[in-house]
Amino acid sequence: MTTRRTLPWGPMARMTGRRALFAVPVLLVVTFGVFAVAAASPFDPVKAYAGTAGLTSSQANLDQLRANLGADQPLVARWWDWLTSALTGDLGDSSVMRQPVADVIVERLGWSTLLAATAFLLAILLGTALGVLAARRPGGWLDRCASSAAYTLEAAPAFWLGLLAIWFFALKLGVLPAGGLTDTDSDVITLGQVASHLVLPAAVLGVSQLPWFFLYVRQGVGDALEEDPVRGARARGTSERTVLFGHALRSGMLPMLTLVGSRVPELITGALLIETVFSWPGIAAATVQAALAVDFPLLAALTVLATAAVLAGNLLSDLLYGLADPRVGFDG
Amino acid sequence: MADLTKPARAPRPTAEPSRWRAHGRTRRSTRTLRVRTSAVIVVAVALAVLVVPPLANLDEQAVDLALKLQPPSLAHPFGTDDVGRDLLLRCVYGLRVSLLVGLVAALVATVIGTAVGAAAAAFGGWTDRVVMRLVDTFSSVPHLLLGIFIVAMFRPGVWPVIVSVALTHWLSTARIVRSEVLSLRARPYVDAAISGGASRWRVAVRHLLPGVLPQAALAAVLMVPHAMWHESALSFLGLGLPSHEASLGNLIQSARGSLLAGDWWPTLFPGLFLIVPTLAIAGLAGAWRERINPRRRSELML
Repeated sequence: MTTRRTLPWGPMARMTGRRALFAVPVLLVVTFGVFAVAAASPFDPVKAYAGTAGLTSSQANLDQLRANLGADQPLVARWWDWLTSALTGDLGDSSVMRQPVADVIVERLGWSTLLAATAFLLAILLGTALGVLAARRPGGWLDRCASSAAYTLEAAPAFWLGLLAIWFFALKLGVLPAGGLTDTDSDVITLGQVASHLVLPAAVLGVSQLPWFFLYVRQGVGDALEEDPVRGARARGTSERTVLFGHALRSGMLPMLTLVGSRVPELITGALLIETVFSWPGIAAATVQAALAVDFPLLAALTVLATAAVLAGNLLSDLLYGLADPRVGFDG
Repeated sequence: MADLTKPARAPRPTAEPSRWRAHGRTRRSTRTLRVRTSAVIVVAVALAVLVVPPLANLDEQAVDLALKLQPPSLAHPFGTDDVGRDLLLRCVYGLRVSLLVGLVAALVATVIGTAVGAAAAAFGGWTDRVVMRLVDTFSSVPHLLLGIFIVAMFRPGVWPVIVSVALTHWLSTARIVRSEVLSLRARPYVDAAISGGASRWRVAVRHLLPGVLPQAALAAVLMVPHAMWHESALSFLGLGLPSHEASLGNLIQSARGSLLAGDWWPTLFPGLFLIVPTLAIAGLAGAWRERINPRRRSELML
């Protein structure tokens, strides 16, 4: 079973290329939309840049500043300027972080990826395991408990879960740190520190994503268990283990695979809340800070970045689906 | 939550009648129980939100420091917050604000979504393609992020929140309405109306709209909890409603300080006030969907 068949690299690469071409107009529209919203809003880049000094400075100074920032130009010109300089890697300066936007992203992207990947892995593994167990006995006590818990978790806001987790694990039991990346008294980032600080945010983010994976696997495996191949395998006397993992899980996992990529927007939403609750120094927490301080360059860059992540997630789910089910193919 | 494409489970084969009948009866009774409980909760929530504020006037500015941070007791079933206000009353007020914002936002989103979806399907061709591409583009920006961006640009307040929630939620309705109109358009009675000389407008209003409305209304009902969730998240991040119009999200946000001091009740109860109505609405909507589309056994959908 090892190298029985090689991956269809050619069609996969073609699909990736097609999607990359489609992503260009989408990203262009999104960036333009971001600039259009900013232009329609009462937000004034000159006042934001000058801060409190803007209240006392003369009109001539403000006009000079406006010209320097390019804010006196029409919308399309500003958008085009931003776009061309973004392509050379210059995304402007963030006023709230006091450093170039590109540096903020490079510095924080890794931490967000670590958090999101851990949470996603947790949700997929735990969701699959629970889903298979629940699907084995539909209507059993495990199925009922896990399904009720899943619906409740779907309805619960992630930030609320995070706060309660802090209260219970950090304050009541005192076993895990309540937030941040390292303890307050240390400046060095060590592996052990990061690992212990990662547990709570990753667990809460993972648990808030868990219900969808669980319900999909439960549904998929439950359906597969009632189909003819499973009945045939049972009639042949195949062991329950092989039936469950070889037959039911393989076809029941299909709907879940599409979920892996299409949950990226929800993952970003969850990260926005969880990173804020746990003061995790990631890119989502920076987004919230940028929004609170109306830091337009940072906010615009991060919105575009999130859109790109969502498009990549859609591509990933289609690739996985094509790989798992050859009938679907790579034509999308 | 906005995912409306949950795969439908195929109807079970009705072999072994005796076993399946027993199974079906218990399933039906749990379903009735679920629907009844959901209905009771929704009615209770509606009553509480409408009746309690006129009866028990809560002064949002009133401070009673002698009573601050009392744990739940008979006099204050949910305890008191960090300036001595009764938490139960504050939660009801918060639910009222959240529900109002959610209702208005869901209504606006449904109107936009129905109009766009129906227009795309009715005109077809290039309009359809361009509009659906636009919907795809909109949905590739994470909803909360788009909401955060809009609120940040227009400053926190009630209307920016409603606009941002409505603008991010019409997409699913537009998709549902479009596919529904497309399927209705191929029906014989529409052909009959067209060959009978009915105008485009008459076909749309007389034959397509009534067929689409139940689906759109269901989507709108399911959108209310989602909009409330969205509004709470924005308020929690400090980008939502002003603090004198405290919604559930504001309550959780302002309870963060007392939570870190170990007092759990100001955080726990506003969250429960969000979860319980959401589940109740989902339970009712599930029963409604079964009535619209009985062939499809429905799962709870949030």
